[in-house]
Amino acid sequence: MRWMWIDRVLELAPRERLVAVKNVSLAEDHLHDHFGAQTDAAGRVVRAAQPVMPGSLILEGMAQTAGILVGHAEGFREKVILAKVTRATLERDAFPGMTLRYTARLVQQSPQGASTQGVVELFDHAKPGEGYVEIGRIDMMFSHLDQNMAGAEFPEHNFVFSESFRTLLRSSGIACDF
Amino acid sequence: MTRDEIFEKVRGVLVEALGVDDDEVAPDASLTADLGAESIDFLDIVFQLEQAFGFKIQQGELFPENVTQDPTFVKDGKVTAQGLATLKERLPHIDFAKLEADPRITKVAEVFTVDALVNFCQRKLAA
Repeated sequence: MRWMWIDRVLELAPRERLVAVKNVSLAEDHLHDHFGAQTDAAGRVVRAAQPVMPGSLILEGMAQTAGILVGHAEGFREKVILAKVTRATLERDAFPGMTLRYTARLVQQSPQGASTQGVVELFDHAKPGEGYVEIGRIDMMFSHLDQNMAGAEFPEHNFVFSESFRTLLRSSGIACDF
Repeated sequence: MTRDEIFEKVRGVLVEALGVDDDEVAPDASLTADLGAESIDFLDIVFQLEQAFGFKIQQGELFPENVTQDPTFVKDGKVTAQGLATLKERLPHIDFAKLEADPRITKVAEVFTVDALVNFCQRKLAA
């Protein structure tokens, strides 16, 4: 099973762009460690917990968003692997109760792989009037695994776009017959 | 476009793709040994050159493909005479003199220099 870091695909323009959202929830275990409360030797809390969505997982959310866009362009026949984070800037933290919106745009694609540009936006449900606010940009490169590893053998089935991805696509109303 | 103008564009591409400083991108710098390029960076460089110059680069046109995996081209860890001849024919923008002097397979990547990219772009633009 793959740990999904997007909840729903909102929009797919094949070979152009894909928009997905992720609701940051306090129910996610990892937020309790990132960052947990600090206590002194007597067990007194010296710094309160501050749950923040880790930036590395925001990157993963964009990788899944852009990866689906790249995979969809070739009918999910290619094993699409994140190969390079070309650029990543995140200027604000995402806290529980907020929604992240990822927009990935396909810049270039070849038989070997693809490059994408992405925008990360944040919706603060406590301030609905502000709408989605851009908090970062993440550009990536993806490799088509079978086209790049000369001589190396991989399982024939597409282990990248597993059942977790199919479930996500189906629940987002996107045709999924691979 | 003059060779200097082409060099400046290539330099910009390499600064972007490899995260190196301007002054590191010398004409004789090797993309791998000097500028730290890894395999995926070659695809990034291809994409960025296409955008910078507005031409299309076919698979295997700029960097070789499947030569080093072919047993007729590589023997005992060295590129064979046939392998060198094939590389020269397929990749006329690259100077293979150093590889001819020391044909160890580990040295193949070092022939990809900044100059080779400039040669390639100059040929493409003139075609």
